[in-house]
Amino acid sequence: MREQVRFLLGQEPRELTVTDPTMTVLDYLRGEQRRCGTKEGCGEGDCGACTVVLGRLNDGRVRYEAVNACIQFLPTLDGTQLLTVEDLKRPDGSLHTVQQAMVETDGSQCGFCTPGFIMSMFALYQGTPNPPQRQEIDDCLAGNLCRCTGYGPIIAAAERMYAIGDRTGDAFRRLAGQTVDSLAAISDQETVCVGDGSRRFFAPATLDDLADLVLAHPDAQILAGGTDIGLWVTKQLRILDTIIYIGRVAELAEFGETDSTIEIGAAVTYSAAMELIAGHYPDLGELFRRLGAVQVRNAGTIGGNIANGSPIGDSPPPLIAAGATLHLRRGKDRRSLPLEAYFIDYGKQDRQPGEFVERITLPKPDAGTQFRAYKISKRFDQDISAVCAAFALRIENGRVAHIRIAFGGMAATPKRANQAEQCLSGRPWSEASVASAIAALAQDFQPITDMRASADYRLRVAGNLLRKFFIETTQASAATRVVGAGNFAHV
Amino acid sequence: MSEDTIAGQIHHSRVHDSAHKHVSGEAVYIDDIPEPAGMLHVYVGTSASARAKITGMDLSAVRTAPDVVLVLTVDDIPGKNDISPLSVGDDPIFAPGEVSFAGQALFAVAAETRDAARRAARLGKVDYDEREPVLDVGQAREAAVCVTEPHRLQRGDTAAALAAAKHRLQGRMTMGGQEHFYLEGQVAMAVPGEDDEVLVYSSTQHPTEIQTVVSHVLEVPASAVTVETRRMGGGFGGKESQASLCAVLAALVAKRTGRAAKFRLDRDEDMILTGKRHDFEVDYDVGFDDDGRIAGVDFVFASRCGISADLSSAINDRALFHADNCYYLDNATIASLPLKTNTVSNTAFRGFGGPQGMLGGERVIEEISFALGLDPLEVRKRNFYGRTDRNVTPYHQTVEDNVIHELVAELADSSDYARRQQGIREFNSANQWLKKGLALTPVKFGISFTATHLNQAGALVNIYADGSIQLNHGGTEMGQGLFIKVAQVVAQEFQVDIDHVRITATNTAKVPNTSATAASSGSDLNGMAAQAAARIIKERLIVFAADHYGVPRQQVEFLPNRVRIGNQEVPFADLVKAAYMARVSLSSTGFYKTPKIHFDPDTGRGRPFFYFAYGAAVSEVTVDTLTGEYRVDRVDILHDVGRSLNPAIDMGQVEGGFIQGMGWLTTEELWWDDKGRLRTHAPSTYKIPTCGDRPKDLRVKLLAGRDNPEETIYRSKAVGEPPLMLAISVLHALSDAIASVADHRHCPRLDSPATPERVLATIENVRRREGLGNRP
Ligand SMILES: Cc1cc2nc3c(=O)[nH]c(=O)nc-3n(C[C@@H](O)[C@@H](O)[C@H](O)COP(=O)(O)OP(=O)(O)OC[C@H]3O[C@@H](n4cnc5c(N)ncnc54)[C@H](O)[C@@H]3O)c2cc1C
Ligand code: FES
Ligand code: FES
Repeated sequence: MREQVRFLLGQEPRELTVTDPTMTVLDYLRGEQRRCGTKEGCGEGDCGACTVVLGRLNDGRVRYEAVNACIQFLPTLDGTQLLTVEDLKRPDGSLHTVQQAMVETDGSQCGFCTPGFIMSMFALYQGTPNPPQRQEIDDCLAGNLCRCTGYGPIIAAAERMYAIGDRTGDAFRRLAGQTVDSLAAISDQETVCVGDGSRRFFAPATLDDLADLVLAHPDAQILAGGTDIGLWVTKQLRILDTIIYIGRVAELAEFGETDSTIEIGAAVTYSAAMELIAGHYPDLGELFRRLGAVQVRNAGTIGGNIANGSPIGDSPPPLIAAGATLHLRRGKDRRSLPLEAYFIDYGKQDRQPGEFVERITLPKPDAGTQFRAYKISKRFDQDISAVCAAFALRIENGRVAHIRIAFGGMAATPKRANQAEQCLSGRPWSEASVASAIAALAQDFQPITDMRASADYRLRVAGNLLRKFFIETTQASAATRVVGAGNFAHV
Repeated sequence: MSEDTIAGQIHHSRVHDSAHKHVSGEAVYIDDIPEPAGMLHVYVGTSASARAKITGMDLSAVRTAPDVVLVLTVDDIPGKNDISPLSVGDDPIFAPGEVSFAGQALFAVAAETRDAARRAARLGKVDYDEREPVLDVGQAREAAVCVTEPHRLQRGDTAAALAAAKHRLQGRMTMGGQEHFYLEGQVAMAVPGEDDEVLVYSSTQHPTEIQTVVSHVLEVPASAVTVETRRMGGGFGGKESQASLCAVLAALVAKRTGRAAKFRLDRDEDMILTGKRHDFEVDYDVGFDDDGRIAGVDFVFASRCGISADLSSAINDRALFHADNCYYLDNATIASLPLKTNTVSNTAFRGFGGPQGMLGGERVIEEISFALGLDPLEVRKRNFYGRTDRNVTPYHQTVEDNVIHELVAELADSSDYARRQQGIREFNSANQWLKKGLALTPVKFGISFTATHLNQAGALVNIYADGSIQLNHGGTEMGQGLFIKVAQVVAQEFQVDIDHVRITATNTAKVPNTSATAASSGSDLNGMAAQAAARIIKERLIVFAADHYGVPRQQVEFLPNRVRIGNQEVPFADLVKAAYMARVSLSSTGFYKTPKIHFDPDTGRGRPFFYFAYGAAVSEVTVDTLTGEYRVDRVDILHDVGRSLNPAIDMGQVEGGFIQGMGWLTTEELWWDDKGRLRTHAPSTYKIPTCGDRPKDLRVKLLAGRDNPEETIYRSKAVGEPPLMLAISVLHALSDAIASVADHRHCPRLDSPATPERVLATIENVRRREGLGNRP
């Protein structure tokens, strides 16, 4: 056991005995470190004012990713490099290219959002060699709110930083070798354990250590990206006695494909998984593009989205429609179940004490399967679904040979539309069958009214999404989408 | 240093004075100020009920919670339990015996850490005797209690005109409110001083008001209270009266304990317990002729004001003043109904009721267009104020500076309105599921505080013996670029490079009795005051130079960074040094009050506005008729800022204002549950526009070659609020797209905010009216 958290603050190694394991990185920076450039705008991951950049070792190189400091707990920094807006200026005091670009385009008004934007743009600048397209910039900045500028000058700055900077001469790139060495020097296989005795934070580095710890502490809170759990602390002021963090377990970050499946480790983030999944399921890629924003996707995991059991999580409906399997582990025992079986009721999942999610298997779509996913929310980017719908369909000999329909936001759990599926199964894929399936949705679901949508709208739009799926699978030329890559995403 | 121009001259773009500090994180906001040793943190316990008698309050768990130092209740307020901006006594710090909205503050706690204060604040045990709350405009109409007197504008004989009109129609529009969502939440830090003195750092648009309420609450003279504001992380009207709670509680704790105290609201509580833009229900009854010209119109603007008057009186007035927008209303009755509700007290928000007034007015134009089957743009043009006749407003001010005809013509032309409208028709007939819409809407916005006495400002300019200049004025910086604009004015007056003009924090000890930085008036008022101060010193320098060098005063001329005196040129700093040695005062205040304006609220007559700012926008949208989702494809804007003081800053205001207005009318929805609890109290549930919502194609131009005909600061025009209303074009474009599902035979009556849900419901409604029923 190692009883210190080790990370780099800028280039400087830090070794901390953390007594408050749920102290946020933001509070650490603004409080203890007096690095006040990083701002708090919401304390819940939604505004990006607190954006910092984490450097992580990845195939012998440092990969820089923007995350929200307000919902990251300090001990999760172990093994990373933390960069804040204070780290960017050059040694001679002049502005970094990203900062300079922002000044030149009048990208700040009140300036409160600005450091967060700078850090998101800095991560883009480090990670993307070529000047980005507008869509890429929008996606990069979707997690940063600005109430003053209307974003135009900030977009211009993201373009301008490529025009005025010499990316290859960038200080962070020049120091990359040293950073790699420093990060390698602080990484090990020891389980980290910090806390004040009553509150403990474990961060094992191997899967077996994790399994043992979870078994030994069945009441512990398992922590992945913290994009749900962070808010329990910052908003509900909950005190978490024992936390077991899975973010250091290399095996759980594994992600890859077999001939017929995609295998997703429980600690795989959206960002890591998006590209490969989008290649097989373009609509799922599009859904992930709209899930949270970069900062949330860099921390948040698909495993956490499932484990959390929320009725409005965006991954379960498409994964259920695609026929995904969930793999759980308890000590040395492993079991698997169809994803939909995991969700029992609101707040209740099929997970035993001492058990954790290890992996998700997503089958690749069959040749003839058509797959679509839709997300309905007030705002396209970084919003929670009012309704999330996913459909998988295979037609053989003019009849529906395979149909899976799953919805989020329509019930207390992510749920299949059994009645609607029955109206379609074995029937012709026609107006008439679809109309009867739409009518059957009212038997499948009795949604609620809340701040995101009324029950009426939820039910109506659910039916209309099924209709849209029908249109998209029968009228190839009809334009049906206002967002997303192109008009259509075809499987 | 340049020979022929100074850096930072007026009418030229100049980057925000703090830009380099914004991007490096070095700009200091209240929460970044180094904390004095032993500083306490303040938090409040709030009401769970929207309306109830408090029958018991047990705070023992709060008092004994870890690290708690002090608990404050109503009984601990030395002066008045009131922070109402107009001192009318209806805005308690702590609910006095009765709570009147969910989230209202009941008590405060001061603790060693913010975390401890937040935790302790949740431990109060309160017993409520619940009453039936009045929550929305509908319920409030029945209860019929107003927070302030309703007002009415009247011109002509509306009843007769309506009765005689060839066509007549009635309707109602509802429009939602808006959360400011300044990125920096409400915060104040107080440092106790000697005797009864206290220094308050507050994120406020109105330091003088903070000074006033703190002095009332502490029961000390205003002279004992100093308020300082260097910058805000956004205000938008939300830190005009709403900054008071944090400031008074920090001050109270500081004076009680002798320790510095800070109160920073968490985002969720900020959204729950500070006011927002008023939502309105607008009833209209309009008569018009075959050409669509309005003969008479009767409006009632009913608003949800919340529990107290706050600034609702002037806000509702401004709604009335803007119902006409650019249109001549021959006979008009425009009345307000400022209703009391058991919700947080609504407050100033960019446009200050004007946007709501204008939105109601534009609905009427739209109704007429549909009733007559005319293009809305044509109906708009036919109703525009005339230049020599048809130019008197419902409040009897003559519109003298009308540029809307040319402005709209130029925009219709540059945006290719007619051809694109045709293209959209074709798109819509070729597409069954996606429909496009296009709309051009104009803006005319009145500039000046409608309460005439507020139109005054002061400034203080000091020149030090080394020639460096310090500038201070009553305006506050919230990102709008006020400080750089006023600094440009001073640089221009002295003809020195702008980096010689040091910008300093707004401070009530330097410039007293200031008005809020609001009503778009910041640079108009403070620019003039600073100019006056600079000119006083400049005059002293001229008199001194003429005397000292023995030349006639006409031979003293301020050139860039130097002064020509007779045949020689003297560096500015040398002249200053010489003046100092000769015992010339190098410090001066300056003062300005806006001329010409007056208004009598009792008769509804006068000239409330010094001048008008104009603009127009064309928006194009695509709507998904199956889901109600939409995107804004392209927007063209032409906006009038007179002769811009700083075009880059003004462009920023226009774009930012437009996007903020777009948010108000589209994705930003405030939602209360049936118990009156606001459920959209965080960015996770309240959705302001993101980067991707900005139209992919946004073309903004400032109207060229138009000086303000009135004598404003270097003939510029105010720009803070007017552009917000350019976004009305987005709502009307959505409406246009929706109308296309039934060949434009029915006015969609699209209310706001136009969330996807509301858009879909409106589509279904239009289909029903057309007899199409719901989708098969
Ligand atoms: C700003 C913001 C925007 C968001 N937007 C969206 C959105 O658009 N759509 C959406 O669906 N979600 C959204 N979310 C929530 C989403 O990020 C989370 O649901 C995320 O996927 C959870 O993953 P995590 O790794 O952060 O989990 P954590 O917060 O670490 O944990 C979540 C829950 O899962 C449990 N858990 C995690 N891993 C395991 C495991 N391996 N075994 C057992 N239990 C485990 C934890 O104990 C906890 O109960 C948003 C969140 C934020 C902050
Ligand atoms: S403070 Fe808003 S995302 Fe962290
Ligand atoms: S500049 Fe004010 S929020 Fe972005």
